[in-house]
Amino acid sequence: MSEKILDVRNLHTSFTTDAGEVRAVNGVSFNLEEGKSLGIVGESGSGKSVTAYSILQILTDNGRVTDGEILFKGENILKYTPAQMRQFRGKKCSIIFQDPMTSLNPTFTIGNQLMEAILLHTDRNKEQARERAEEMLNLVGVNEPKRRLKQYPHELSGGMRQRIMIAMALASEPDILIADEPTTALDVTIQAQILELMQELQKKIGMAIIMVTHDLGVIAGMCDEIIVMYGGRVCERGSAEDIFYGPAHEYTKGLLRSIPSVSTKYEKLIPIAGTPINLLNMPKGCAFCSRCDSALKICLDQVPEEQLVSPGHYASCWLNVKKQAEEAGEAQA
Amino acid sequence: MSDTTPKKAPFSMQIDPALFEPATAEEKKQQEVMSESTTFLKDSMKKLMRNPLAVFSIVVLAFILIVIIVAPLVVPYGYSEILKYNGMKDKTAMNLAPFQYSANEQKYMAENGVTLFPHIFGTDELSRDYFIRVVYGTRVSLAVGFFASLIVLVIGVLYGSISGYCGGRVDLIMMRIVDVIYSLPDMLVIILLSVVLKELLDGSKGIIARLGTNMVSIFIVFGMLYWVGMARLVRGQILSVKENEYVLAAKSIGTSSPRIIRRHILPNCLSVIIITTALQIPSAIFTESFLSFIGLGVAAPMPSLGSLANAARQGMQSYPYKLMFPALMICLIVLALNLLGDGLRDALDPKLRK
Amino acid sequence: MSDTKPLVDVRDLKEYFPIHTGWGRTLPLKAVDGVSFTIKPGETLGLVGESGCGKTTVGRTLLHLYKPTGGEFYFDGELVTEKNMPSLRKQMQMVFQDPYSSLNPRMTVEDIIGEPLDVHHLYSGRAERREKILSLMETVGLNAEHATRYAHEFSGGQRQRIGIARALAVNPRFIVCDEPVSALDVSIQAQVVNMFEDLREKLGVAYLFIAHDLLIVHHISDRIAVMYLGRIVEIADANELNNNPIHPYSISLLSAVPIPDPRIARSKQRIIPEGEIPSPLHKPSGCAFRTRCPYATERCAAECPELTERSDGHLVACFNK
Repeated sequence: MSEKILDVRNLHTSFTTDAGEVRAVNGVSFNLEEGKSLGIVGESGSGKSVTAYSILQILTDNGRVTDGEILFKGENILKYTPAQMRQFRGKKCSIIFQDPMTSLNPTFTIGNQLMEAILLHTDRNKEQARERAEEMLNLVGVNEPKRRLKQYPHELSGGMRQRIMIAMALASEPDILIADEPTTALDVTIQAQILELMQELQKKIGMAIIMVTHDLGVIAGMCDEIIVMYGGRVCERGSAEDIFYGPAHEYTKGLLRSIPSVSTKYEKLIPIAGTPINLLNMPKGCAFCSRCDSALKICLDQVPEEQLVSPGHYASCWLNVKKQAEEAGEAQA
Repeated sequence: MSDTTPKKAPFSMQIDPALFEPATAEEKKQQEVMSESTTFLKDSMKKLMRNPLAVFSIVVLAFILIVIIVAPLVVPYGYSEILKYNGMKDKTAMNLAPFQYSANEQKYMAENGVTLFPHIFGTDELSRDYFIRVVYGTRVSLAVGFFASLIVLVIGVLYGSISGYCGGRVDLIMMRIVDVIYSLPDMLVIILLSVVLKELLDGSKGIIARLGTNMVSIFIVFGMLYWVGMARLVRGQILSVKENEYVLAAKSIGTSSPRIIRRHILPNCLSVIIITTALQIPSAIFTESFLSFIGLGVAAPMPSLGSLANAARQGMQSYPYKLMFPALMICLIVLALNLLGDGLRDALDPKLRK
Repeated sequence: MSDTKPLVDVRDLKEYFPIHTGWGRTLPLKAVDGVSFTIKPGETLGLVGESGCGKTTVGRTLLHLYKPTGGEFYFDGELVTEKNMPSLRKQMQMVFQDPYSSLNPRMTVEDIIGEPLDVHHLYSGRAERREKILSLMETVGLNAEHATRYAHEFSGGQRQRIGIARALAVNPRFIVCDEPVSALDVSIQAQVVNMFEDLREKLGVAYLFIAHDLLIVHHISDRIAVMYLGRIVEIADANELNNNPIHPYSISLLSAVPIPDPRIARSKQRIIPEGEIPSPLHKPSGCAFRTRCPYATERCAAECPELTERSDGHLVACFNK
């Protein structure tokens, strides 16, 4: 087993809003191994992006991590000083966002911004930085890098901008790349290009990737490990095969049932009933209980603990407890 | 993934089988509670009331309003009434300090055993009760501010919404007119207008005569010049609201243009209009005070806060409090209105909502 | 199949937007450049393509939200003009993409759904209006208690239901669905898709279903049209297009769809076109796809291929395939 590079333990993040405290992340634990890709999948409000932002400590002013530990190579980064944190953000862990237009400064050229990232995080002089910038653009498949360096963000298309963002994020050779819905704003063919690029770069550079998305299709092709989140909690985590072929949480099952596939053309889709959870009005028990078809009485009152389903595959669902208890009962009898 | 949190199935746990019965639909439904229904207005008011500065401003403004309404009913002096003693001007009552009685008044009180109403702010150089003059001055200033803003509101909203909704060539021409008006120097226009109006209106009676030609020209100038800011703002707001899909949806239903403006566009511009109007009032008061201060304001003997300050300037060394009262009043009103406007903006602007 | 008269018959629809380039000069942005298709009563035509291909413009032009630059649109055999559009709005409606901005935040659910009833005077008294609104809310699965609430209090899926109820209020026979599920969460998309299907079965409405998510379009549509830079490049039965795409653009579009199945996704060979979509302002001459097409020849630059029938109902606009 390779080295654990990031270990998140019992992370809690909340936001103070006008309407009260919103607990966006409630006890999320997972770990990331070197060079692997981890997918965090969930609907809006599931806390998937907040989890990613908590790792980098780039929450909005009204949000803070209230509990838990984030260990980067064994060090708790929540205890870092602001200077150490800046160092971490630049050199160890980078992020790319959903909207490549708003994450680039429209008043500076691509070269300017890319070189700044390089100068900040590596010991290169200006000339070397320019060379490195060209090299980076080549790496992310931007044609005519010399000309691109002189262009402004608005002169480039969305896919091109996202490539530049990736180049900037990788300029400092980080150990972890967090991608927050990197392809949601892009068209399908461009999305496919970017995903392919990310996979290629991972093979070449060997960084670990945390992919935050709502798109099960994107995650299926990209990720080794998957975390399914709902209502700020982890429902289920395990390898891609575990999640897609042997889901052990009712939410994951429902999610997989509800996406159309080519073979189910003449069948009705099976949607998950109800409406997504309101984080201001969290139920006492399992966040998913009100939409779950097979909810038990206990689901309404108690939050299920995480159970081991199979090696490396965990799920938080009372139904599994019931099943295991029944099996144990049968074995005894 | 290694086992950071090794949680084996809790076989040993004592399980209550009743808890593992399927939950009923009823029970599940109880979990889904929709939050309390609030309208936009209720929500905004709640937010406004939670802003201490805004609440403070409302209290201050309410207090000032009550005083200027009640004071003339209680205080037995008029704003232009010269204090008299035995039918003669009371010469001892000039420039009294706050709460001071003149020699004649003291004599009168001692003789008749009555207490006269005190001169709360003292008197001015013409033996007039200064408190009531400040009260009337505040009345005039507030009224000017309010009505000037009303004129700006009506003209600006009408002009801006026509320009914004029609768009295209109409918008282009209307906005160029606005640009031209924007470039006129307002002070110069006011001075010129009051000269012209003075000749035109001389000899007229009633409200115009009492306010004076200067005041009328202030209103005209506000009506002519100051609406452009509002018009630009409303137009910009309408242009952005127009882009919303619900306007498109209304069109696809077949809704007529007037109905779209009335039901879909204006209600969604309301917050901007309210905020701008609230902030327009202090600026109008300030302009009025400034004009009165340089002698282009209301006609004597009608006081305004600006003209009171101007009159007090002459005796500033001996009677500094006479400048202080109107100046303080201007500051208080303008500050309170500005704070209230800011509070309204925070409460009404949906973009600032968390 | 071809016996039934089409409900919607669009012929050579064009929509050019003038783009001001300064000093009073304009350049036409050819958002839709000669699009023709038909939809039979109760049929669903899926319209797919990437952003900027003009698919949304097609829907909006049909409803005269933009004035069409050229072409003809026959609705139930009747030529649609500026004049008869107001009365036709009772038969054609639209569901919008963004459930947040398509509902007026200052109106209650009741008033939003009631607006088409008000505009077309479809009731005789307050009681009838209310009754109609409540029955519409029931049709789309909304709770009657929510009638007096404001749109912002609902989740995305519920808002989209409100939008659908508004479109249904006039009993339309044809609904343009402009990306109606792409702003919704995955678990909610299926609810809304099912509702569209139920409504089609119950009320027999025809849809023009515009979307970029091929899996959903394939699921809901009878036929699918693929658009690229203002033109339809391929139109075929949904299964036929999925199994046997002919146009190079359709092929790459289909191969780029992320499949939510790790084994398939990993083994899949992607045929992704190189480069990016050109700006619709500077469209390549001839076939617009030729700049990214591996089969492009000189002929593609010289003339624009027309849609030709390859098999029953399968039309493709390409010289080389």
